[in-house]
Amino acid sequence: MELATDNWQQAVSVVSIGAANQEGGSRSNVVHIGGEKGLPFLGGRDAMPHKPQVAYEIWDSAPLDWPQELAAQYKDFFSDPLAWAQMCVEKYHAQLICLKLAGAHPDSGDKTPDAEAKLVAQLLKKVKVPLVIVGCGDDAKDNLVIPACCEAAKGERCLIGSAVTDNYKTITASVLADGHNIIAESPIDINIAKQLNILISDMGLPLERIVINPTIGALGYGLEYAYSIMERARLAALSGDKTVASPFICFVAQESWRAKEAKAAQSDFPAWGPDKERGIIWEVITATALLQAGADLLVMRHPAAVEKVNRYIDKMMGG
Amino acid sequence: MFIIGELINGMYQNIGKAIKDKDKPAIQECALKQIKAGADALDINCGPASKDPVTDIKWLVETVQEVTDKPLALDSSKPGVIESGLKVIKNKAIINSTTADQQKLDILIPLAKQYGAKLIGLTISTKGVPQTKDQRLELAAMIISSASDKGFPPQDLYIDPIVLPVNVAQAQMPDIIESIHEFKIVCEPPVNTIVGLSNVSQGTQARNLINRTFLVMAVTRGLDAAILDPLDRELMDAAITAELILNKQIYCDSYLDAYRKKS
Repeated sequence: MELATDNWQQAVSVVSIGAANQEGGSRSNVVHIGGEKGLPFLGGRDAMPHKPQVAYEIWDSAPLDWPQELAAQYKDFFSDPLAWAQMCVEKYHAQLICLKLAGAHPDSGDKTPDAEAKLVAQLLKKVKVPLVIVGCGDDAKDNLVIPACCEAAKGERCLIGSAVTDNYKTITASVLADGHNIIAESPIDINIAKQLNILISDMGLPLERIVINPTIGALGYGLEYAYSIMERARLAALSGDKTVASPFICFVAQESWRAKEAKAAQSDFPAWGPDKERGIIWEVITATALLQAGADLLVMRHPAAVEKVNRYIDKMMGG
Repeated sequence: MFIIGELINGMYQNIGKAIKDKDKPAIQECALKQIKAGADALDINCGPASKDPVTDIKWLVETVQEVTDKPLALDSSKPGVIESGLKVIKNKAIINSTTADQQKLDILIPLAKQYGAKLIGLTISTKGVPQTKDQRLELAAMIISSASDKGFPPQDLYIDPIVLPVNVAQAQMPDIIESIHEFKIVCEPPVNTIVGLSNVSQGTQARNLINRTFLVMAVTRGLDAAILDPLDRELMDAAITAELILNKQIYCDSYLDAYRKKS
């Protein structure tokens, strides 16, 4: 039986993360995301030229609130982000590393822009996969830290975040100056996602260098709401709306591991089964649902969850 | 909504003069202004004063496609003029237009197929302008079935109900609007619908207001395309907003600018 698929007007733009030697960078591989000419996993390789990717999330400082099962995977590396990243690449074959500069937040470490820029420079030497770099979420501090990090990674074509409607100018200017791509973040709101893409492109950064972070909820915490927003944006993109035709990045682990169901101990909820497995399942289910909504890049944490999701992606891609 | 800019027409004094003087920059400026304002395609009409439209349309097409790759609507009632334009066109072509006369359909449908062009079909024939929506539908059906017989895809067909001036044929206005809806349901997949908008306000004192009110009403009945003046900003804003309200575009604070920048 032949699959009936629509012929859409427009493809999602392709964003390339990482620059190899010949492009002025030093990455061993370049990751391309986006380019879909139809809905996820329908219509074969032609309709989905680049498979969705997973980035391993590492922090610049020890995460204090990661549940036990998750922390156990990385706790020996919490004091050494470089070794942490290297382990993800060498042991788990990470294709991308997402560095979260959580320690720059004034309330949790207040690391200086110089220190963070130095870390980025060292990380670029330590691992050769492309980088995603996200700030601490404090606008004022990110406006100091992100430009320093952009400069430290000049020419490496990283994916840098996050620009939000109240704070996009400084980060857009840095991304533009140093040849990176940008994450445009909106609070599960398609109207704001569209507006932010327009504001960023009005500053001269091409729409083809924007990745949308639609903000997601984990399974049981608004997942279906995020799903419907992503689906609506993607349908509009495929129907010709260039302003929302960007690939999606989804911070899957950040939301999944916050869910009570992912972290509650079995002793407190015997009926829920072993908490050792529950968090992984929560991360996997959240990720796979978002892949069906059109996610192009998933930021994940638990290696067992990543392994399962990668297998799912390969299977859905027909591999 | 698919907007065809109407301003490259020899009937306008500046364009008529530019055609006569072979003033390329004047034509090209008119083309680019319309595109910047949101036009998806440009109508090309030599105008009634052209002594040699077969040659003039070639020059116009070549002049315009030097500066844009937008589709061009070759506008003439003479198939020979249209064919002359088709011979030099590199952009996508729209034939504007055929009537519901078998003789014309027999020439223009094969021509559209040969050049991969879209075709505008007017619900009018040598018998005259239709007076009711049933007559309009009958003429539309004739064009559609003729296209179907010749293997021309309905998705490439644009049916025009013939918009008459409101001060001439006021009683027909409800029928004209309703025809747009009826054209959409006459075959599957549906044909496209189009109007030559400016005629509705011909000879009135409130041209812009009448144009944009008619356009919004037509959009709600399924209008897909219009030939109009894209430099009329309020008209374009009304069209864009009508599509927004019909949930065809995603709202954002800059939705008007976003629409104009769409390509």
